[in-house]
Amino acid sequence: MASNKKYWKSEAELNPNDSIVETLKQNEFVEHIPVDDFLGDKENLEGSSTSRRDFLKYVGFSTAAATMAACEGPVHKSVPYVIQPENIVPGVANYYATTIADGFDFASILVKTREGRPIKIENNDRAKTLGGANARINASVLSLYDSKRVQGPMAGGEPIEWNILDATVKAKLAGLQNSGKQVVLLTQTYASPSTDKLIGEFSQQFGNVSHVVYDAISEDAALNAYEAAYGERALADYDFSKSDLIVSFDADFLGDWQGGGYDSGYAKGRVPHEGKMSRHIHMEGNMSLTGANADTRVPMKPSEIKVALAKLYGKLNGSTIGGGSSDIDGLVDAIAAEIRKAGSKAVVVCGLNDMNAQRVTLAINELLQSEAFDPDTPRYIRKGNAAQLNKLVADMNAGRVGMLLIDGVNPMYSLPNASDFAEGLAKVDVSIYFGFNNDETAKAVTHVAAVSHYLESWGDAELKKGHYSLMQPVIRELFDTRQFQNCLLTWMGGERTYYDYVKENWSVTILNGTSWNKALQDGVFEKVAPTVAEGDEVVAATTVAETEATATEEVVSTVSSISAALRALASSTSNGMELTLYSKVGMGDGKQANNPWLQEFPDPISRVSWDNYITISKADAVDLSLENYNVANGGLDGSYVNVTVGDTTVENVPVIIQPGQAKGTIGLSFGYGRKEGMQEEMATGVNAFPLYKDFNNVQAVSLAKAAGIHEFACIQLHNTLMGRGDIIKETTLQEFNTEDAHVWNPVPQVSLDHQEVPATTVDLWESFDRSIGHHFNMSIDLNACTGCGACVIACHAENNVPVVGKKEIRLSRDMHWLRIDRYYSSEETFGSDVDEKEAAPEGYRGTMLSLENPSENPQVAFQPVMCQHCNHAPCETVCPVAATAHSRQGHNHMAYNRCVGTRYCANNCPYKVRRFNWFLYNNNDEFNFYMNNDLGKMVLNPDVNVRSRGVMEKCSWCIQMTQKTILDAKKEGREVKDGEFQTACSSACNSGAIVFGDINDNESKVAKLKKDERMYHLLEHVGTQPNVFYHVKVRNTNEA
Amino acid sequence: MKKLFNRVEFSKIFSLSLLLLSQLLVTPLFAQEETAEPAEAEATEAAADLGGDPVKGKQLFNQNCAACHALNRKMTGPALANVETRLYDDEGLDKEWLNAWIRNSAGMIASGDAYAVRIYNEYNQAAMTAFPTLSDQDIDDILAYTAAPPPAPVATAAAAADNGTGTGDSGGISNQIILGALAVIFGLLVVMLFLVNRTLRRIAEANGVELAKETAAQRTPIWKAFAQNQFLVFCSVVVLLLGSAYFAFAWMSQIGVDQGYAPIQPIHYSHKIHAGDNKIECQYCHSSARVSKHSGIPSLNVCMNCHKSIYEYTGNPEGPSAEDLANGYTNEFYTNEIKKLYKAVGWDEENQRYTGESQPVEWVRIHNLPDFAYFNHAQHVTAGNIECQTCHGPVEEMEIMYQYSPLTMGWCINCHRETEVQVANNGYYKKIHDELSKKYGVEKLTAAQMGGLECGKCHY
Repeated sequence: MASNKKYWKSEAELNPNDSIVETLKQNEFVEHIPVDDFLGDKENLEGSSTSRRDFLKYVGFSTAAATMAACEGPVHKSVPYVIQPENIVPGVANYYATTIADGFDFASILVKTREGRPIKIENNDRAKTLGGANARINASVLSLYDSKRVQGPMAGGEPIEWNILDATVKAKLAGLQNSGKQVVLLTQTYASPSTDKLIGEFSQQFGNVSHVVYDAISEDAALNAYEAAYGERALADYDFSKSDLIVSFDADFLGDWQGGGYDSGYAKGRVPHEGKMSRHIHMEGNMSLTGANADTRVPMKPSEIKVALAKLYGKLNGSTIGGGSSDIDGLVDAIAAEIRKAGSKAVVVCGLNDMNAQRVTLAINELLQSEAFDPDTPRYIRKGNAAQLNKLVADMNAGRVGMLLIDGVNPMYSLPNASDFAEGLAKVDVSIYFGFNNDETAKAVTHVAAVSHYLESWGDAELKKGHYSLMQPVIRELFDTRQFQNCLLTWMGGERTYYDYVKENWSVTILNGTSWNKALQDGVFEKVAPTVAEGDEVVAATTVAETEATATEEVVSTVSSISAALRALASSTSNGMELTLYSKVGMGDGKQANNPWLQEFPDPISRVSWDNYITISKADAVDLSLENYNVANGGLDGSYVNVTVGDTTVENVPVIIQPGQAKGTIGLSFGYGRKEGMQEEMATGVNAFPLYKDFNNVQAVSLAKAAGIHEFACIQLHNTLMGRGDIIKETTLQEFNTEDAHVWNPVPQVSLDHQEVPATTVDLWESFDRSIGHHFNMSIDLNACTGCGACVIACHAENNVPVVGKKEIRLSRDMHWLRIDRYYSSEETFGSDVDEKEAAPEGYRGTMLSLENPSENPQVAFQPVMCQHCNHAPCETVCPVAATAHSRQGHNHMAYNRCVGTRYCANNCPYKVRRFNWFLYNNNDEFNFYMNNDLGKMVLNPDVNVRSRGVMEKCSWCIQMTQKTILDAKKEGREVKDGEFQTACSSACNSGAIVFGDINDNESKVAKLKKDERMYHLLEHVGTQPNVFYHVKVRNTNEA
Repeated sequence: MKKLFNRVEFSKIFSLSLLLLSQLLVTPLFAQEETAEPAEAEATEAAADLGGDPVKGKQLFNQNCAACHALNRKMTGPALANVETRLYDDEGLDKEWLNAWIRNSAGMIASGDAYAVRIYNEYNQAAMTAFPTLSDQDIDDILAYTAAPPPAPVATAAAAADNGTGTGDSGGISNQIILGALAVIFGLLVVMLFLVNRTLRRIAEANGVELAKETAAQRTPIWKAFAQNQFLVFCSVVVLLLGSAYFAFAWMSQIGVDQGYAPIQPIHYSHKIHAGDNKIECQYCHSSARVSKHSGIPSLNVCMNCHKSIYEYTGNPEGPSAEDLANGYTNEFYTNEIKKLYKAVGWDEENQRYTGESQPVEWVRIHNLPDFAYFNHAQHVTAGNIECQTCHGPVEEMEIMYQYSPLTMGWCINCHRETEVQVANNGYYKKIHDELSKKYGVEKLTAAQMGGLECGKCHY
């Protein structure tokens, strides 16, 4: 039957009078193609000296020439040193101890160099304070090779010579001396005794110099509170390994709270030892890394947290504090009871940027005489002073500043009132920015003094009272740069370099006779407090008496101010939404925003890379009709909102619905949204600093949904464990202590001849004898792992893992060899998830679907997963070309040159740890990250291949490191000692969660860990017999 | 009969000429020895006047002084020819002063002796090693040697040159004679054969013998028969294809194998002279082979350890061989290469100091392993105690360095299969060796048994 349906190809056809449609009916193209113009011109064609035959000749010749040229192998040149430096042997790495002190991250570290190039950051195990590198510090070695660095001094955006800049500055400094205008140094926190001394001398020489210290992310309240209580502008230090109970009021101490670096102490107390482990109660609005690790996490608005803190003090002190809801009372009662039980083994920490809250926290710890609380040797790694900064901006606007030197901070980006600052800056005669990138501030100042990276600089730091650390250059300046201190010395006149200065200062004031070279080699130096001699005892006793007398007076005044603080805290009310601004583990304050490793580093909580976003609770999201959903290619999409604080609005901020986010709160991270001096790909996210009013990280906020959908690069599609208790095994401390291991760590059963038998007893293959030589195993303790991600970046650096960019990450083509899976529970606890799954009837689709949704306040678990190096590896059996094979040492090898890219192995891997090179990620403009320029390539590890397109890659267990350890032992003719075998991740792990070693050595740590009752293998029922094993996570949830 | 006679005659001439040749070859050598002897004797006589033994002095000089001093040339220290008389004539300093200086120069400088301080400053304040152990007689001997007239270097060189050309010529002549003689003999033989043949033929003709002529058979030519047999054609095509595939494969598997690769280097560095003639240990220059994955091309300051003193090539006492000369490897050639080194490292020969203007040498890399193969020299040299020559071949005989081994994976693997691990006196292997040898029931272990064939050991 004929149909009179009319088919149309485009809308235009529906219009009967459309001229284009009419034309297209007749012709192939709408417009006339001018073929005749170039082919019809016979004269011209004939006149051409190149005939068709000539053309063919050329083609033939060039093809032949190219073929012939390809026959000859390339000639490689080898250029040795003319004069070889004594301590450089090509092919052998040198390690130097140094210090990072960039104003946000402070740590004593080791730098691995090869042929003079720094290529990796390691922890300095001789440092007792801040000896661990976090993800950002691990990545800082790549920032040295940032292609967007300022490569020489500039004036008004044009390159100039240093001597011109020097002359300008010297003249200006001389001119300003009696003019009444100030010279102001606006700097980061240095925590450096030598720099402080130098700035003092600088001020003395030029007069009318003031020094303003500014931290982009302020700890002003904590500093003020400590100063009020102890008379010194510093931060109280805490040793979490000494406490049995940690109560945290929104203190993200596993993140960047008060300078961070607390994870190793915390993790020590978290591993159950003789039936005991620390208990961690956490109250917070955002879901932070610390909250995710807590035993009991209470989502609360920051205003409620303040009330709870005041009430807790009241409870412990025996006084009554009014205000707040009854819920808070109940919570505080429970906490107070636990604290009383723990006594001095409890510690309270607070992360609110509120001086009252900080004072009360200090008071509580004093009251408890907390062992973990150490006010005597405070930290010096935050010194920023908001009041002084505000005064500076006022002075600048009033025209009272003649010269401004800015070092280590980027105020035009990070100041909430950047526009005021900009106006003021215009009124400053000479402004000099010690710039690393050509960033926002660099564009606004008159002169840019190109600054050296910390790996090119000398320096020192007093991280904690009496705990010193030295900074030494590990490479000569790559560009025409100078460090800040050397500039000051030059401008002060004289020939001294900062190296001479530091050395002299150390020998005079710090070293006290100890060798400078020894201190430099160690990188750290601890000044022992002078011990009281016996004869001084009487004097000491009297002093103590005097101190006590003054102390009582102080107590009176303290008590009065504390009560005022309590009143202020208790009266805090919530009005609408509250925004908590935080720093991400990967990005910090945004100094290293141009670092592709950090951009691609997935946030431990949200698993989103290349972005910052508003985190919001599910309930609030529903109210505002905001949504998150996965699209067909697996990518995560989300709505946009406009965020308004006071009169400032940040538009089009993408939204992530965050399980565990307290209702009525939202979170937004700093560090993103930098635009200037950045590579285009790296200019991601939105700038949160404009919302950071009065340097307060908690702000009243209003949200409005904006149009559009944001495409996230989130690498975890599935957020919950779905009750699969065999992936992350979890138990409570009570159960762990009272029950047998098979109850909380059951071995999966499989059916053999219709009999249920433990999966470990069934074996499809002949077992290979690995009892001789080394047999490597890796232990990952889920209790100690905080999810910090230092291992991810360390792996990146060690193994030349490529960066693939946001688009590819969204397509799940991330190349991380080591990922840290984060799972939420869909019920309150993982345990109840399992119960629900078990209880689900046959055909439990409905139940399972509900299990896909995380709880409002879920339990969180982190699980680092890399290649499990299975003894019976499924990948090996399916490889058609035997590119992946097993070694007797337990490694699962991957021979890239053999791989033909079938990807069968990745499909057959139950752990999904294999990564495929979909593209050529080096020397490819499509992937313009560090492997696409000569500078960035300097970070590559010469002992590891750079993989090409079309091959599979995966964790190699850093075989280059184990092979080196073995070779060193062979060369020295000795056995390998326990602890010598390391991988990049195990040596980067500050919390001691990842332990690597030889299980054939019965005395080794890893062999003992393997015999532990908590040991289990991932997906044991598959029978892959992995060489990586995990330790059951134990939660101390049994409340008192 | 006539021919036979001829042959005897020729061989006589031939052996005679050989004898002559050998005589020619031998005489100049004797001549040289003769001329050298009187020169030595003369020197001894001259030195005897000074109360020292120049022969012994030469030995002592070479042991103690030659690192910094030459006779007729400024080096780290001043030229020492006739130092005694020179000092006496120019500075008025006697032997006592010289003795004191040699035994303790630093002390003299410290005491403020005018000439001592002057000479110390003149030579970049490089302190001279004190030789308190030298006896007066030793010093006398050394001074006698320095005072002795130089052993007529020009004459010797000329003699050597004459000698060289002489042997070269005579060798050339003898070769030509032999070749010419052979050519003549062959020519004669051919003529003879032709003559004999013709004579025989004539005799046969005269005797009426009918020469059997080849009768052209009327069978199908063999190639036609072959083409008609399709089965045969098929079989041979298959064989041909398989055969060519086999050879093509064999040919292709040598692509990228650069065995014998001997590129021209920017400086003609002769391993033969250094490692062969002078017997310098490989790892003196390639020191990082002991500790690193790279053997390391020595930096130029390592060359200068010796070449600060060795500024010219004097070659073998017999002079360059004919082969060397044919290649142009004369003494001047080598000396010129040393000058190239000086230029590269920025060494000012006149003033014996570095100018600071250096030009790193761009050597052409000979052994190119692909990036995906990890090779560690220290593993093989230090842990494995393998001779460098095992892989690099007779380097001490290589005038031009070349790639001796194919560097293919098969070559590596073979060696790993055959080579025994050096377990003796190595604490690392003790436990592993005991257990493994029990497992395999052997006393010695190969690298393969230790896991040396696993992919990941070299590919990561």
